[in-house]
Amino acid sequence: MNDWIEIGTVEDIPRQGARVIRTAAGDIAVFRTAEDEVFALRDRCPHKGGQLSQGIVYGKKVACPLHNWSIHLDSGEAVAPDKGCAASFPVKVVDGQIYIALPAAGARFASVS
Amino acid sequence: MRKEKLVLIGNGMAGIRALEELIKIAPEMYDITVFGAEPYGNYNRILLSPVLSGEKSFDDIVLNDEAWYQRHGITLYKGREITAIDRRARSVIARDGTTAFYDRLLIATGSNPVILPVPGHQLPGVITFRDIYDVDTMISAAQTLRHVVVIGGGLLGLEAANGLKQRGMHVTVVHLSTTLMDRQLDEVAGTMLRQSLESRGIEFLLGAQTEEIIGRKRVQGVRFKDGRETTADLVVMAVGIRPNIELAKAAGLYCERGILVNDTLQTYDPRVYAVGECVQHRRRTYGLVAPLFEQAKVCANHLAEIGFRRYQGSMLSTKLKVTGVDVFSAGDFTGDAGTESLILRDHARGVYKKLVIKDNRIHGAVMIGDTVDGSWYFQLMREGSDIRDIRNRLLHGQAHVGDAGHGGATATATMSDATEICGCNGVCKSEIVDAIIGKKLFTLEDVRAHTKASSSCGSCTGLVEQILAATLGGDYSAAPREKPLCKCTDYSHDEVRQAIREQRLTSIRAVMDRLEWKNPDGCASCRPALNYYLISTWPAEARDDYQSRFINERAHANIQKDGTYSVVPRMWGGVTTPAELRAIADVAEKFNVPEVKMTGGQRIDLLGVKKEQLPAVWRELGKAGLVSGHAYGKAIRTVKTCVGAEWCRFGVQDSTQMGIAVEKMCWGSWTPHKVKVAVSGCPRNCAEATIKDFGVVAVDSGWELHVGGNGGVKVRVTDLLYKVTTSEEVLEYCGAFLQLYREEARYLERTAHWIERVGLSYMKQRLLENPDNRRGLFARFRESQQYAQVDPWAERANGGVEGHEFIPLKQIA
Repeated sequence: MNDWIEIGTVEDIPRQGARVIRTAAGDIAVFRTAEDEVFALRDRCPHKGGQLSQGIVYGKKVACPLHNWSIHLDSGEAVAPDKGCAASFPVKVVDGQIYIALPAAGARFASVS
Repeated sequence: MRKEKLVLIGNGMAGIRALEELIKIAPEMYDITVFGAEPYGNYNRILLSPVLSGEKSFDDIVLNDEAWYQRHGITLYKGREITAIDRRARSVIARDGTTAFYDRLLIATGSNPVILPVPGHQLPGVITFRDIYDVDTMISAAQTLRHVVVIGGGLLGLEAANGLKQRGMHVTVVHLSTTLMDRQLDEVAGTMLRQSLESRGIEFLLGAQTEEIIGRKRVQGVRFKDGRETTADLVVMAVGIRPNIELAKAAGLYCERGILVNDTLQTYDPRVYAVGECVQHRRRTYGLVAPLFEQAKVCANHLAEIGFRRYQGSMLSTKLKVTGVDVFSAGDFTGDAGTESLILRDHARGVYKKLVIKDNRIHGAVMIGDTVDGSWYFQLMREGSDIRDIRNRLLHGQAHVGDAGHGGATATATMSDATEICGCNGVCKSEIVDAIIGKKLFTLEDVRAHTKASSSCGSCTGLVEQILAATLGGDYSAAPREKPLCKCTDYSHDEVRQAIREQRLTSIRAVMDRLEWKNPDGCASCRPALNYYLISTWPAEARDDYQSRFINERAHANIQKDGTYSVVPRMWGGVTTPAELRAIADVAEKFNVPEVKMTGGQRIDLLGVKKEQLPAVWRELGKAGLVSGHAYGKAIRTVKTCVGAEWCRFGVQDSTQMGIAVEKMCWGSWTPHKVKVAVSGCPRNCAEATIKDFGVVAVDSGWELHVGGNGGVKVRVTDLLYKVTTSEEVLEYCGAFLQLYREEARYLERTAHWIERVGLSYMKQRLLENPDNRRGLFARFRESQQYAQVDPWAERANGGVEGHEFIPLKQIA
């Protein structure tokens, strides 16, 4: 696990919205909930690869824009009865700055299903 | 703090369903104890028939095994019948002396089968059909005995008869009335059902009143009032059920036929609740599963102290399956002097449909042989839809009226397992059946969640409901009268909208607070709906909440499956210029747009544009005067035209200019669903105006105005609204129609569905009969357009609106 990488401020992300960070291993969606909590998931729905960053954020979930699967922001797990999981990444917020921890360089994101 | 104690008497479907609902919303609230008289866990009583017929085993129909009770920390006392309730001490006492104290008590003691008190009714060999014990008795009897007489030709009796026939017995059904299932069927349907069952080898004695059950040591036969007699080794009484209220009565709770409860399922003692077959609510008792589940939900809601839900009684439909005969029945199926009937009867196909109509509304329906439209009729009935405009096609089914086609397939029973039911999601019959059984599903919503069948376009809903009914055998859970907007609320679309209007709510937060939304910031279903209702009701005041819009309307482009977007510039009335085409071509080359194609609405589509490129693409297009085509929105999309009188030798009006004028007036307007418009220059109708939401067809003397068409899943041809003479009138009627749609249709309801729901006559009443009404609508439309006609592309390409939408937060090497 690498160190914490600073990626922007909470204010950079709209409330109930998401922004994308581009990495060598693929896109990561960074979400901000109505309560200003921040979560990061691989930007691929476990169903058919839809970009979760483009979905509607509600509670601690996001609805995928392609086929409306709902994904838990904290775990990346699909909301039952759908089954599947998007990889999630540790994030922390310090003084409004968001930091993310990514797997070691070169590693592909684990796909859990 | 000490947890409150909740005791449930009755380990059956209604009581346990209430606990399940309670655990969902307040898992830690109570210390729960359950007493069941039967020595089993909770099982699915409506599946006893398939166990009897041998299609399923007991294990298949268990709903909650012991692990479920343990997992939720529920103490289960099986096989311990409660014999007394001490309301003063707040305790219940079982036959073996087990005592439990309660803070709240839930009674779900169900019902008992009625036993005719005729001589001989206590002889060995006389049984009922109520629980798994009865089924076991019948199964073992079938191995040694030959003749069975089933007393009662209702649903339960026929299911018992069918099961015993399949077990190889010689079955005679005795029924007091001359019509089978006379609580659900009229004489014709009852006769058809009888013939169908007779062809399967079941015999009937109708109009026969049982006088005595004959036998010395055990049953030997049955004698009837008219002197007839029949041999019997086994007699099954299936003559009805009676609410089991003895315990409640003894505890001093007020009972009539059932235990009296109010709209929150409380008895006269507010600590004591009751649900299920044992209760009497607004003078009615229920024996089907759907109302029990509705009651369970309300009761759980109240137990969890979120007491805003009310049970207001259930409107019932029975859609049942007796040995391969599809039967549907709802409401008042006989009618009276004040009603009329529409009847379709086709002996060769074994089909009979009857609709009972009063004041142009469906009051009841009975169908046999082809029941695929049952759920549709039931919906029309529940919503009180005016059917005068569709009555000439009504009996032929929804496929002949407009939307929701099912490819002519009507009977799921004969379909092979591999038949595809849901074409959108590729779900075949066996997958649905397996899910219903394996995952213990009861409702259409359950099936949608687990299999996705019928969850996209919904055209296979009738088929899925049929499979559900066929698989569950008896009844199943029908939708409540008016559906809540989504799971976050109990209010319907119309109620929410009314609140927004009357209480002057102008933000999503205000709506959710005022209407006590259950999820603090709603869900992906309600937020877009609320946003639409707000901006359409208060165009000047409400702020458009982009985060509550679907991505296409947030990004002002259409998301594609690979995450790229498509860009469709507006071409007024489908007319373009060399300069515009050049600009589009330049953009396509400059941004390496992978595909350029024509749309069905006479526009050009640039496919495969990356999101970051969108503002730059729009900037370039904007330089040539091109603006957003709203091809991505629940909005006015396109106005398609033909060349019209300017060029065409047949054209009688200038349809192109008319189309441009309509589009200039309408663009930018947000609507409940997408809206497509077309203008044809003569009745040859080359612009295909009669399958558009609003279609204008030129005739020599003016313009015909057509409404409510669409292509898509099921083509619906428009209804002719009116004929006008001037182009000003076309604009006025068009604007007024769109405004009526904007104000009254539910979010995501196309004009076609909306018109089918409210009726063309209503449309005419609002738009034609009162000119002031029409002008008022038109004025409101123009008023709202002042706020809507801002090109969203220009705002984002040059004005910096929502800039974050198109730029990554960070690039990490």
